[in-house]
Formats: sequence, C-alpha cells, structure tokens
Amino acid sequence: MKKIFKNQIALALAGILAGTSAVAGTLVINGDTSDPAPKAAFQAVIDGFEAENPDVDVVYNLFDHEGYKAAIRNFLSADAPDIAFWYAGNRMAPFVEAGLFAPIDDVWADQGLYSLMASSAPGMTMDGKKWGIPYTYYNWGVYYRQDIFEDLGIAVPTNWDEFIAAGETLKANGITPITIGTKWLWTAGGVFDYLNLRTNGYDFHMALTSGDIAWTDDRVRATMANYQQLIDGGFFLENHAALSWQEALAPMANGEAAMYIMGNFAVAPLKELGLDDSTLGLFQFPEITPGIPMAEEAPTDTIHLTAGAKNVVDAKRFLAYAARPDVQTAWNKALGQLPTNAGAGVTDDKFLNQAFSMLNNDAPGGVAQFYDRDTKAEMASIGMEAFQEFMVKPERLEKILERLEKARQRLY
Amino acid sequence: MYSYWKNNQLKIAPWIFLAPGILMFSVYVIFPIFQSINLSFYQWDGLGTKTYIGVDNYIELIDDEYFIVSLKNNVIWLVLYLLAVPAGLFAALFLNQTVRGIRIYKSIFFFPFVISQVVVGLVFSWFYDPSNGLLNVILEFFGFDSIAILAEEDYVTYGIIAAGLWPQTAYCMILYLTGLNSVDPEQIEAGRIDNARGWRMLWYVILPQLKPATFIAVVVTIIGALRSFDLIDIMTGGGPWGSSRVLAYYMYEKAFSEYGFRMGYGAAIAVVLLIIMMIYIATILYRLYRDEKGG
Amino acid sequence: MFPTPIERTRPSTQLLYKIALPLSIIIWLLPLLAVALTSIRSGADINSGNYWGMPLGYYILNSFKITIPTVVGALVLSSLTGFALGVYRFKMNLFVFFMFVAGNFIPFQILMVPVRDLSLSLGLYNSVWGLVAFHIAFQTGFCTFFMRNFIRALPYELIESARVEGVSEFKIFWHIVVPLMRPAMAALSVLIFTFIWNDYFWAIVLTQGAEAMPVTAGLNSLNGQWVYNQHLVSAGSIIAALPPVLMFFLMQKHFIAGLTLGAVK
Repeated sequence: MKKIFKNQIALALAGILAGTSAVAGTLVINGDTSDPAPKAAFQAVIDGFEAENPDVDVVYNLFDHEGYKAAIRNFLSADAPDIAFWYAGNRMAPFVEAGLFAPIDDVWADQGLYSLMASSAPGMTMDGKKWGIPYTYYNWGVYYRQDIFEDLGIAVPTNWDEFIAAGETLKANGITPITIGTKWLWTAGGVFDYLNLRTNGYDFHMALTSGDIAWTDDRVRATMANYQQLIDGGFFLENHAALSWQEALAPMANGEAAMYIMGNFAVAPLKELGLDDSTLGLFQFPEITPGIPMAEEAPTDTIHLTAGAKNVVDAKRFLAYAARPDVQTAWNKALGQLPTNAGAGVTDDKFLNQAFSMLNNDAPGGVAQFYDRDTKAEMASIGMEAFQEFMVKPERLEKILERLEKARQRLY
Repeated sequence: MYSYWKNNQLKIAPWIFLAPGILMFSVYVIFPIFQSINLSFYQWDGLGTKTYIGVDNYIELIDDEYFIVSLKNNVIWLVLYLLAVPAGLFAALFLNQTVRGIRIYKSIFFFPFVISQVVVGLVFSWFYDPSNGLLNVILEFFGFDSIAILAEEDYVTYGIIAAGLWPQTAYCMILYLTGLNSVDPEQIEAGRIDNARGWRMLWYVILPQLKPATFIAVVVTIIGALRSFDLIDIMTGGGPWGSSRVLAYYMYEKAFSEYGFRMGYGAAIAVVLLIIMMIYIATILYRLYRDEKGG
Repeated sequence: MFPTPIERTRPSTQLLYKIALPLSIIIWLLPLLAVALTSIRSGADINSGNYWGMPLGYYILNSFKITIPTVVGALVLSSLTGFALGVYRFKMNLFVFFMFVAGNFIPFQILMVPVRDLSLSLGLYNSVWGLVAFHIAFQTGFCTFFMRNFIRALPYELIESARVEGVSEFKIFWHIVVPLMRPAMAALSVLIFTFIWNDYFWAIVLTQGAEAMPVTAGLNSLNGQWVYNQHLVSAGSIIAALPPVLMFFLMQKHFIAGLTLGAVK
C-alpha cells in the first residue's frame, strides 16, 4: 500500500515536471563534445544561451565522440533532436540528401553570415541552400621542432627542394624528419591531401574527391611520385602503421623526430609532453608546383537544424546565438581553435594567431575540409587504407591506383 | 474447462513452459537470421528506403579483394586456432598431478579465459609494441631486430591468433583436465600390463576415452575462430591496410563503421559466414541426434 | 591416473617437474608482465594530464546493470525450457531442442543489423535494457541445452510418483525440480556472468556513449581518447577484469562444472 502511494507521488511529480518543461520550451541538442575541453566549452555556450533566453530549457545529450558518428544515423531518423552536431563538406551530404537536415538560409540572412562566414560558406552549401552553422575550424600544417631546426641551422622550408634538403640534414643528424602514426589511417589522408594540393591545386583536389578524376590520371601519379620521394628517402617514422597519432607524438616530444603534418589539436598534447612555444613551431606546407595557389586544410565542425525538430523556433534562436561573433570568440577560446565568424576574435596564442593569418592571408587557393570529409565515406576508407599501404609498400603503386580507380567507378 | 486441463495437462504444460523462451529466442535469434538473409538482396544505407537488387551484393563479393583477404584470414584462423586443442591437452597432462599447490597452478593457467578479450587484446598490443613492448625487448636482448608484428601484413593475423590462443588454450585445458579425471584407472593399469607407456598409452588408451572432451574442445574452438572479432577490433582495426580482417569484422565494418553503412552488403557477408558455419552446426546436430537416438 | 603421478617417478624427474611448474607459469603470464612494463614506462612519461574525466566508474556500473539482470533472466527462461524439454516426451521436443542448440552456435555477428533495428524500433537502442533483452534471448540457447541435459540426469521416478499423487505439473516444477536444479543454476550463473561481463561486440553494436556502455566497450573508447595516458587504460583494464576473475576464484568449482558439462559424458 505504502509503495503504491509512493509511486503515485512519483508519477504526479513526473507529470508536473513534464508539464513545466513543455511550457518553457525544451530545446534538445545531440552532440559529440565528449572530450573534457569541448565538453566544458559547449556547456558554457548552453549556459550563456539559457541566461539570455530564460524561457528555453536546453536538454543536451552528450555522445561519445567516435560512437556519435554511427549514432547520428539512428537518432536522426528514429528520434530526432532539434539540433545536431556534425561536419561540413561531403560528410553532410547523406543527411541533406535523405532529408534529415533542414535548410536555415533565414538564419544566415538575419545574422549577416553570407559575408561574415564567407570562407566557410561553400562547405555549408548544397542545392544552393545553407544547411547549418559552422562554429569552429582548425588548421593543419607542419608542426616542427623549432629548437632542432635552429640548432642544425635549418631554415623553414618554403619550397619542395628546401623541404627535401631539410629532411636530409635531419637524417644526417640521426633525426627522423617526419613523425606519423597511421594505425587509424586518417593521418595518411592528411599527408596525401597536402601533397596533392601542392602538386595539383585545390580545384584538382575537389574534383578528385568528388570522383570526377580517375585515380590512374597522370596528375595523381605526379602526387604519388612526390609521396614516394618522401617514402623512399626514409622521411617517415618507422613502424608508423603500428602507431596511433597520439603514440607518434612521443618521438616528436623527445627529439627523435622533427616534424608532424597535423592539425592544431596536436599542440595541446605536445605541450603536455613537455614542448613549449620556444621548442615547437608551425609552418605552412611548402610549395611544390610553382605558381599553384596555396590551399589549406581546415576541417569545420558544425551544428544543424534537423528536419524532425519539434522546436524549430528556439532551435533557430540557438543557431543564431551560436553564430554570433562574441559567442564564437568565447567558445573557440575554450576550444583552443579558430572561430568561423570573421567578426570574432582569436585567442592570443602563438599557433592560433599564426594559423589564423595563414588561413586568411596565405591560402588564396582555398580551404579544403579534409580527405575523409570531402570524399564519399566508403571511398575515403578505401583511399586512406591505400595511402597507408603505399607508405609501407610503395612498390605496389600500380596495383593500389588500379584498386582505387575500380572503387571510384563503382561508387560514383 | 478444468477437466480438459486435467486430461491434457501433459500435452499443454510443456508448451506453456517453453513459450517465453521460444518467444525471446525467435524474436532475437531465429527471425533475425532470416531477416539478414533477406536483407542481403537489398541495397540499404540505413537511412533511406531499401532497394531490391537481387544477387548484386554477392556478385560484388566475388570481385571484392578485401572480402577474399577476409575469407583467407578466416581459414587461417580456423586452422591455427585449433592448435589450442593439442596445446590444451598438453597443458592438462602437465598439470594433472597431485603435488602441493597444484590447484593454484591450475587456476592461474586457466585465468586468461576469464578475462575479457578486450583486455587480452590490450595486453597483447602492449606486448607487441614495437618500441617498448616486452616481446621486442626480449628480441633485441637476443640480438634480433625488433618487429612491429601488428603493422606487418605477413605477421599481423598470426600475432592476433597467438593472442586468441592464450585464453582458448586455457579453455581446452580445463575441458581435458576434467576429462582426465574420469579416465578409467583399470584401463590404464591394463595398458601398463600390456607395456603401453608414454605416447602409446596416450594414443591408444587415454585419447579414446577423452573423445567427448576433444569433441567439445574442437567445437568451441571452431566457433571461437569464426566469431573472432574483439581482438581484431582492439588490436588492429583490421589493419594494416585491411590485411587482418576476417568476415565477422568486415561485415561489421561494411554495415556499421564510420565509413560503412552498406547494410545489405554486410548482410551478404554474414550469409557467407553462416554457410561456412552450417557445416559445423550440422555436424554437431548430427552427433547430438545420434546420441539421443542411441542413448 | 594418467600421466604417471609425479611422486612415483624418478627423483630427477620430480626435481625437473618442480622447476618446470613455476617456470611455465612465468612464461604463461609473460604478456601480463608487459602490462606492468607499460604502466611503469608511460607513468614516467607523463607528468600531468586530465584523468578525472574518465567515466570508468560509470562503465563498471553499467556492466553490473547489464550482467545481473541477464543472468537472472536467462536462468528463469532456461529452467522453464530445460524442464519442458527434459521431462516431457512430445513430437517437437527434439526439433525445439535443436533449434536452441543451433541458434547458440551461429556466429552471432550475422544478427547485428536486424537486432539493432529491432532495438531501435522498440526504443531500447543505447539502453541497458536493450542489451539485457538481447543477451537473455541469446543465452537462452546455451542455457537450455545445459539445463535440459541436467534435468535429463535427474531421477525421473521422483516426477512420476508425484504425478501419480496428482500433483500438478507446475507444482512439480516448482517444488521438486527447481530445488534439484540449484547446482546447475549456480554453475550457469557464474558462467553467464563471465560471458556477459566480457561481451564487447554487442556493446558496441547496441550502445553508444557513457550512459549505457559497459566497461569492455568503454575501455576501448578510453584507449582511443587517452592513449597517452596508457597506464590509466591498463589500470582500467585491471579493474574491468576484476569482477569475473574474483567470481572465478570464489566459485571455481561451479565455473568448471558449467564449462565441462558434456565434456565427460
């Protein structure tokens, strides 16, 4: 009897709570900010939004970063939140095509984003519409041991010959030029992208990742020949196929290797391993084919209005909030990354300042998302696996290119 | 009504007892098998609608070199994993004594079977680690070059199987230890009188009596080999460049991984694995049937 | 006894055996020594780091939430099915029995797409109960096999005489057979506990994120995020391995009885 009574109270309470939250307007957001810094950063964004909009109650469902990539496919069709985290570029395409994201051109217009976010606009556009708000992006580049370069008298290389010469000097001193861990494949995608962007340019990169160019094309071969020069020259860390990207940080930190072609997120763990602003530096991947405009990789993370959103009004308020310069400044300060809104400020950090200027002033060729975000998912996995294989078995180049071409013909 | 129940109790009662079990088992195991078979004739990305494409998935399989690699690795797994059976037998023979503390030894030998394959996988990854792993420390100590087993396409599958053999040998050992317990002492004595010793004794007197243990050991080992997934996912993720994949892993990758979501294709791989498995299931069921009819 | 008891062999053999025993243990546990080495090495490498974001405790709790109901559920279902198949003679008996056995032997990966869809449509995806429901169903196959064979070995006369007395079938089950099944239940529960605790595949197929993920899958996601804190992952793996190991050492007799049923028939 007593128990039943208790249950009734619980039920009544639940009813009251459900009632109030329905009145307040609940905004459901699903996201993947599971690492400590992004988690805290986004919580601050939510708190700020709720403070400005006391009538909205934000419910944030946090997913594991890796698990999220599979999860989003389920919840978008089964039980859609109002807002979902995702990525720009081709990664967004399946959801737009399946009608699971909703266009938000009105938010873009109201907030003046067409001009403020001009650089990331192409990655958010499909069928002439805007499908989300980019909230952060981060640069890629060559992170290097500034102190080692100085000790050996190596100047920052600005073209391919200098780059090769720098590597030779490092090798002569018993230092592996480039550290890399290709166990989870995508790091090899970054190397390929830079070689390809520098050998053939941004437009070629986009055409190749869109499946418009054969993998047996001579221009791809030219990229691969440059790749092979690094491989045959022993530029890369030994046993890289056994290492994750994090494990490959250690040789860089303890001076066994001097360069890492990586994203900005490698800075924090490298500093944790003992490097600082005087020992760690960043330079733009050097020119290979003279005259080709420099293009960069800068993957953009985004939030989207879902097609199944129940609270579209508040969702759009949130998206507008997330696009605001002041919000993006604070958010990216906490993330240690770059804001997408040109009106936002950049944290005073050596690497971010340098990257911000690099992306805005020295990347006339354009900004690519990344190999696995620009190309179709299935092709991306086959491609990155091929790059890893090529890095260990360069003699299989012919077979590898043929396999990629076969996959391209099937998938596009 | 009551009398109907009374008269037919023996006919109805078993079905009442069976109902919940059959229901659960059908919903979660039996139907899904047929659903998978059905799905293998469709193209489906898990988002949109399913498209019937006949046997296209199977035609693609034949021409898919990753599938061939996975199939080949499955065969290697099947053959090498069975080493756990003789290894378990010898471990059991070694430990089938009554010296002091032998129970603790037996427990420690058995211990790898109790821990999760995730932990086994992590443990062996560290063991194989090219820079600091114990294996390479030992190799270098003896003057050999270090090898990154998990990054070499020629070694990786063997490296993972070795990790799998660790718990599986323990399992087979326990089966044989129990079997040895019930070996008829009179037959051993009779064998001794016939001057059968050592290997001859083992082969002609002991092994025939261990047949049930051997049967179970072989069955669980084959099933374990065909289900191998955890170790591969933990240790290599199928790499390097896909050379350590097996069917169970490849189907997961195709269906659910970040770059996959080809449900129909994954299902087609599942069907192939099921067909291989049916050979063994049929053997097991036949044996059971014979035992039931005979005994 | 085979092989020849060591105390009946020559003294040299006896000595050899006494040396070989501890030596074999060291070799057998060599990979585990690697873990110790890893912990020490990376412990020295890392002087700072954010460890407290690790939701390991959450994962462990989930593992218990998944494992315990599964053990209970599978025992209940399989004592019913085992009783039905072990005691009654009816036409479909062998067919139903074989269905359970065959289902238990399939490579369970082939169920993944339909079971995931089913869990999604039942609203059980990414919940502890979604995993529990599947595990109960799948384990029922093996447990039925086990229970049925165990009940077959019970004295049938007990049941017959009860029937002559007019005791209903349900009462026979509850008052006569269930008490006799206790050893089988003990053996099975230890076994199922270990199987389910160690499950990794279904954990990654049916869950995502910390709220339902058990420790096996959790460890792997930690390994991805925290790899430069490897000693923490190795500490985590020790914790993850602890419950089944304790279970095994405490209930060794039941565990082995469970595993070896059928091996000595």
